[in-house]
Amino acid sequence: MIDKGTWVLIHRNILEPGERAPQVPDDTKKVPLEMWIKGYLQNNAELGDEVEVITRTGRKEIGTLLESEPYYKHDYGRFVPELQMISEQVRKLTFGGDE
Amino acid sequence: MALANDYNSVMSRKGEIMKKSVGIDYESFESGSIAFDYEKMMRETGYTLEEMQNIQRSVHVGNTPVIELRNITALARKCAKPGYGARIFIKDEASNPSGSFKARRAANSVYHAKRLGFKGVVTATSGNYGAAVASQAAMAGLKCIVVQECYDSKGVGQPEIIEKARKCEALGAEVVQLSVGPELFYKFLLLLEETGYFNASLYTPFGIAGVETLGYEIAMQFREKFGKDPDAVICTNAGGGNLTGTARGLIKAGAATKVIAASVNLSGLHMAADSQFNKKSFTTGHTGFGMPFTTWPDRSDVPRSAARPLRYMDRYVTITQGDVFYMTEALASLEGLEKGPAGNTSLAAAFAIAQEMPEDQKIIVQETEYTGAGKHVQPQLTFARSNGIEVCFGDPADEVPGKNILLPLHPSLIKATEQDLDHMRRSLIKTAVNTFKVKPTEGDIAFLAEDTNSCEEFVRETLASL
Repeated sequence: MIDKGTWVLIHRNILEPGERAPQVPDDTKKVPLEMWIKGYLQNNAELGDEVEVITRTGRKEIGTLLESEPYYKHDYGRFVPELQMISEQVRKLTFGGDE
Repeated sequence: MALANDYNSVMSRKGEIMKKSVGIDYESFESGSIAFDYEKMMRETGYTLEEMQNIQRSVHVGNTPVIELRNITALARKCAKPGYGARIFIKDEASNPSGSFKARRAANSVYHAKRLGFKGVVTATSGNYGAAVASQAAMAGLKCIVVQECYDSKGVGQPEIIEKARKCEALGAEVVQLSVGPELFYKFLLLLEETGYFNASLYTPFGIAGVETLGYEIAMQFREKFGKDPDAVICTNAGGGNLTGTARGLIKAGAATKVIAASVNLSGLHMAADSQFNKKSFTTGHTGFGMPFTTWPDRSDVPRSAARPLRYMDRYVTITQGDVFYMTEALASLEGLEKGPAGNTSLAAAFAIAQEMPEDQKIIVQETEYTGAGKHVQPQLTFARSNGIEVCFGDPADEVPGKNILLPLHPSLIKATEQDLDHMRRSLIKTAVNTFKVKPTEGDIAFLAEDTNSCEEFVRETLASL
């Protein structure tokens, strides 16, 4: 169980496929407009429950509870050998080689 | 009675919501036809250059260093014919509090919001402007909401945008993340209506006037250092505010510097298409914004955009994704400066354009942006590969956006592709006529000549050909 007052991430569809703007491309029209937002949980709940949160600006939002104490997982990616090759190349062209 | 919140109902309240949330009565600048009084709008709702400098100084924005890129210049000269290869400079806007030039736009917007008594600010942006508004709002003690387009329908987010969300939250903002689609504007309007906060739009006169200090500083710094204005300034172009503000600042300084726009070529990718959202490796500074906003500025989140880049650009070039990634790596490896990729769009273009200019001339890239996890060449190329984009060495001229990223085999392959400004001018005139559905008046013709930086004869000829 996730306690009331915990900082959580919720999700909600704000426009269903049939409600989307007329000008959106066909592939986008087939999917809903989704929203992810964080806030303080207003009642004890389990992941997947429909819940209410209070956001950083004090607004109420409702949605499906996705994560408790969400955190960022983005990183510096994998090793990209081409970048190191560029680094070697520009140094060699600019400053000359080791010889 | 509660207002209806379906898409059409909310959009029909747009004018009213905008007026309340920006505090500008745009009607007072209108002619009732295509023309509106741009300079009057800038004068009456913006700030003087001196006021802006004072506002920005008080919040630690501006006065960023100009750095000469001696090693990149040396590399450009190795690729140029003898006697060619202008000195390349960069204005290190990443040293602003939020890590980009956008702090200049945000400083003014947030100052203005506070002065008008708003309790908070809302902005719709997936770019550096979000962090800029969050940073300024933090200093001003205002609440802040940033609305981002971040994920595709599979819930996969652009790493660069996720990093920007992190930064906004770190600066105390509430971040509303949405999936792909222009209805971001719908949620934005709902938030403005619900909160009564200020619309810190990128396109208000105060936001654009905030960038004038950047152009002015460039002229002053060059005069102090070299006794002469730079020969060319190159601006990464998306919504047009960066170029518009910089050019206006240069004009206020009395500089005759050429103004060049540069965007990453993403032609063929539809910006609102869910399936193509993660096929691109740039979320700003690209042609998907640059072209539509240059040829029709009044598509923004305010009735009349203060960003009108076609008025001020002398040239518009595109550059490839592979070129920009190459130059980002070169900047780190040759100059010891690790800066975010998107802001290096104009650096890649400058590298090519410097080779057309004699050695005694100077070209300045007017921004850098911060870099970090997600917002960096390595995660962006990793992300491209994981989305099926082929990343390899080749001739960037063969790059197909959404299919491959071709890192130049040799720096001499980095070329700026010239865009046809007359074609863009005609496009703007045509869109104006189609949007307003009127027979253009004499006032409209004079306005369109100014808005396209052409002449009345050019406008008349274009109108006759429609």
